[in-house]
Parts: sequence; structure tokens; C-alpha cells
Amino acid sequence: MREGSEPLLEIHDLVVRYGVATALDGVDISVRRAEMVALVGPNGAGKTTLLDTVSGLVAAAAGRIQLRGRLAQVPEGRRLFPEMTVEDNLRLGAWRVRDRRVDPVYELFPHLAELRRRKAGSLSCGEQQMVAVGRALMGQPDLLAVDELSLGLAPQVVDMLAAHLQDLNRRSGMAILLVEQNARLALDICSRAYVIEAGRIALTGPSEQLRRSPEVQAAYLGGAYEE
Amino acid sequence: MSLFLQYLAAGIATGSTFALVATGFVVIYRVTGVINFAQGVFAVLGGFLAYSLLHAGVAHGLAEGLAVAVTAAIGLAFGLVALGRRGTPPLASLIVTLGLAIFSYAVVITIWGDNPISYEGLSGLLAVGGVSMQRQYVLIVAAAVATFLALALFFGRTYLGMALTACSSDQRAARLMGIDVWRMGLLAFAVGGALGGLAGVLLTPLQPVEFDSDVGIAVNGFAAAIFGGLVRPATAFAGGLVLGVAEAMVAGYFRSSYETAIALAVMLGLMLWQASRRGPTEE
Ligand SMILES: Nc1ncnc2c1ncn2[C@@H]1O[C@H](COP(=O)(O)OP(=O)(O)O)[C@@H](O)[C@H]1O
Ligand SMILES: [Mg+2]
Repeated sequence: MREGSEPLLEIHDLVVRYGVATALDGVDISVRRAEMVALVGPNGAGKTTLLDTVSGLVAAAAGRIQLRGRLAQVPEGRRLFPEMTVEDNLRLGAWRVRDRRVDPVYELFPHLAELRRRKAGSLSCGEQQMVAVGRALMGQPDLLAVDELSLGLAPQVVDMLAAHLQDLNRRSGMAILLVEQNARLALDICSRAYVIEAGRIALTGPSEQLRRSPEVQAAYLGGAYEE
Repeated sequence: MSLFLQYLAAGIATGSTFALVATGFVVIYRVTGVINFAQGVFAVLGGFLAYSLLHAGVAHGLAEGLAVAVTAAIGLAFGLVALGRRGTPPLASLIVTLGLAIFSYAVVITIWGDNPISYEGLSGLLAVGGVSMQRQYVLIVAAAVATFLALALFFGRTYLGMALTACSSDQRAARLMGIDVWRMGLLAFAVGGALGGLAGVLLTPLQPVEFDSDVGIAVNGFAAAIFGGLVRPATAFAGGLVLGVAEAMVAGYFRSSYETAIALAVMLGLMLWQASRRGPTEE
């Protein structure tokens, strides 16, 4: 974390439309280097659209996006190439970079080394999510965007993956933008968060503060954080 | 019995060319989602180009090789026109390929006229177990099998081939990796052009081609491709062989004019059967 350095990702007043429907309506977001930031909000709020716009898959109607580094996205639903092996999936993640060595990913997820020759489609959901994270890491990102890490996974698997992400962030200083419907998890592992609703940022601040906000508690934490 | 074996040999040979055309359909469809109606045109152009090169004194082998290289380039050009700007819907591209096929008639007639052409392939007979068959048959089958194996290695083992496979497997995921799906589509069209051209240069010595022979070739290739639901190359390849043999038998024992009718009947039957099993693209 270089003091005073420019943010890794800066999004200003972003507007994205699908035909006549407005999916993002003036969104401001920034992520600094080595930061872990959460983006939480209900289904259809525009979280995936935001990531896709930064990734260049969707065109912005207005606004500005500045990315000072490489971004890799772990897509919602994992989206592995099911008929390819785990190792081939990982290697394709390095399409943009020159280095296609998969060993660093196996060091992070030793279990994947055992599965390297298996077809990705034959793995459990948790294993697939490991491959999806590993595949994104092969792109040597400065910013790792994870779309719905916990979707469809057992709680222990989610905890394990979350611990890995935190570890990655601490050790290599990789910034992480965690998109989650599970706000409790997101606020637990990220230092800062944005709450997005219907294409607009409704709230933002340190996770600590958002956790105590009555609106967040009512809408996302089921009021369970009341002390 | 020996007549049967001769029909069988002829059927496997023509079936191999259908298989090549079918594989071209599959490669292009998987990567781009476009059914390339101009797939038969590549074969016709391959035949005409090889014919002209041979007449200009270019040696056998080299002439056919050059013709295939040119059809690959034509495939790339067709891809550029058909895929158009990034984000063009596959259905629009499909209509464009139909236009390109018709446009090619004008080009072929202007350059070569409207008479059928042919040239000598490998001459002579080869006796295998009491059946004498044309050496050209053996060449066709060997070339088709070698091409198919080379493609399997390319798509399964090389990094570029894997990227193409990724585009056909999950476009969104491929784009997130930074793979340019549009460019991969162009590459698929070039491969499709080469496959069609190869079928054409191999087939022309057996069956003279003219400007509109592409329809018959494409119908057979498409029928074969439908065997694999347009997405499975190995099944499409087998489909080509089955179709070739069935047609050779019917042509031998009944009438040769039934050939295309058989391809159409097989195609319709398969499409109906697959539709009844819900979705031809389902694994
Ligand atoms: N490709 C698309 N075409 C049209 N509308 C879309 C498309 N993708 C998403 N939307 C719409 O945009 C809005 C935001 O969707 P999305 O970004 O997927 O939300 P989230 O990821 O937060 O669930 C939703 O109303 C959704 O229906
Ligand atoms: Mg989403």
C-alpha cells in the first residue's frame, strides 16, 4: 500500500444500459492496491454488470473507468470449460500473459494438483470454484474480482476459499473485489464495502461501520447483529 | 459379393469427403454459432482452383495443396464478411453466408464458365483382398483420416486449438480470459475453408464439379454434421461415412439419382429425432 498512490481501479459516474433498461445508474467505486473491497446487494442490482463493464465485455453508456493494472474475473457460476482437464483450464487462464506455468496455483491449492488430469466438469462445486479462482490467478492479476464466491457452496468450503483469498491478499498484496449476496461473509473478510441497489450505490464505508448500520442489518444481515 | 465390396469402397471414399465438409460445418458452428451455407462453395472452389493449377503445369500434390491454401484464405475472407462487426448475431451471419454462396456462382461462371470440370486423380487400381479399388479412393480415405487426427491434436493439445475449443465451450468465460472470440471465429472460417477445399480437390476426380455443385456437397456434409448435432466432430465424421456408404449402395443397386434424396431424408429424420429429444446442442 503505497501512501498517496493512485487507486488501482477508479469508476466514476458509470452508466450502463441493456437496450432501454438501465442496469447501472451513476456508480462510483474505487479500489486501492492491496485492498479487499466487498460489493454487496440483492439479485439484479447490477453487480455482475459492473464487473463485466470493467472487464470490457459490456460497453458503458457514460462515465469513466480507470484500471491501472490487470484485472481477472472469477465469473458467477464458475464457468469452467467442462470437457477440458483442470490443468488445461488453468493454462487457458494465462492467455493474456506469457507465463503458463501452473505450479504456483498448485502450491496455493495442493488438492488441484491431484485433480490435474480430471475433466473440470466432473469435479464437485467446491473443487470447481478452486479451479475458477486458480484460472483467474493464472492471468497474474493486480485486481481479482470474484463474482459470487459462495454461490451454491457448502459453508465449510466457502470458509476455506475465503481464507485462501485473505491469505493471497496478505501475502502477495493482490487487491480483491468480492461480489457477494452473502453480506455477512463479505463484511467479515473485506475492510470496506459498497452496497448496491437497483444500479446505484446505496451505502459505502468501512465494513465495521456498515455492519452496525440499521439499514444493512435489516436488509442483509437479518437483524442478527444486534447486540 | 465383390460388387457389394466395390460399392462399399466407393461409399467410404465419397463418405470421407462428406466427413471433411461436415467437420468444416462443425468447426465453424462450434466457434461462431453460424451455420455456414457457403461450406460447399469451398469444395467447388478447391476443385476449380486445382483444375486451373494442373492445367498451368503445376505438379499434382502441389496444385492440390495450393488450392487448399487458397480456399483457407477464401474461408477467412468469407468469415470477415459474414461475422462482420463484433457482436453480429449468428442468424445475420448465416444469411450472409447464403449470399456469399450465390455470389460465388457469378465468380465461378465468370472465371471458369458453366461447364463441369474434372481432372485425373491418382490413377490405377489397388487390389485388396480380391477387391480392386481405385487408388484415388485410398488416397481420399487416408487424407481424410490424417486430417481428422491432425485436427483432433490441434483442438485438444495445442494452446491455440484449446482457445478455439474454449470459445465453443463457453464464450463468456473465453472472453473473460481475454480470448478474442471474433478473431477465433475468423480462424474457424479459415479452417472450414481448408476442410471444404480439401474435400473438393479429392472429390473432383471422382465426380466432375460445376459452379452449383456446392448444394449437393453441402447437403451431404450438413446431413453428416447433423449426426453429431453440429457440435461433435467424431460423430459427424462417422455420419459422413455412413451417408457415403448408404448412397453408394442405393446408387449401385437402384438409381444414382436418389443420392441427394437420401441425404435429405437422413437429415430430416435425424433433425426430427433430435428435436424430439430436445435440443440438438445438448450433450
Ligand atoms: N445481457 C443482459 N441483457 C439484458 N439485461 C440484462 C443483461 N444482463 C443483466 N441484465 C439486467 O441488468 C440488471 C443487473 O443484472 P446483474 O448485473 O446480473 O445483477 P447482479 O449481478 O447484481 O445480480 C438486471 O435487471 C438484469 O436483468
Ligand atoms: Mg450477478
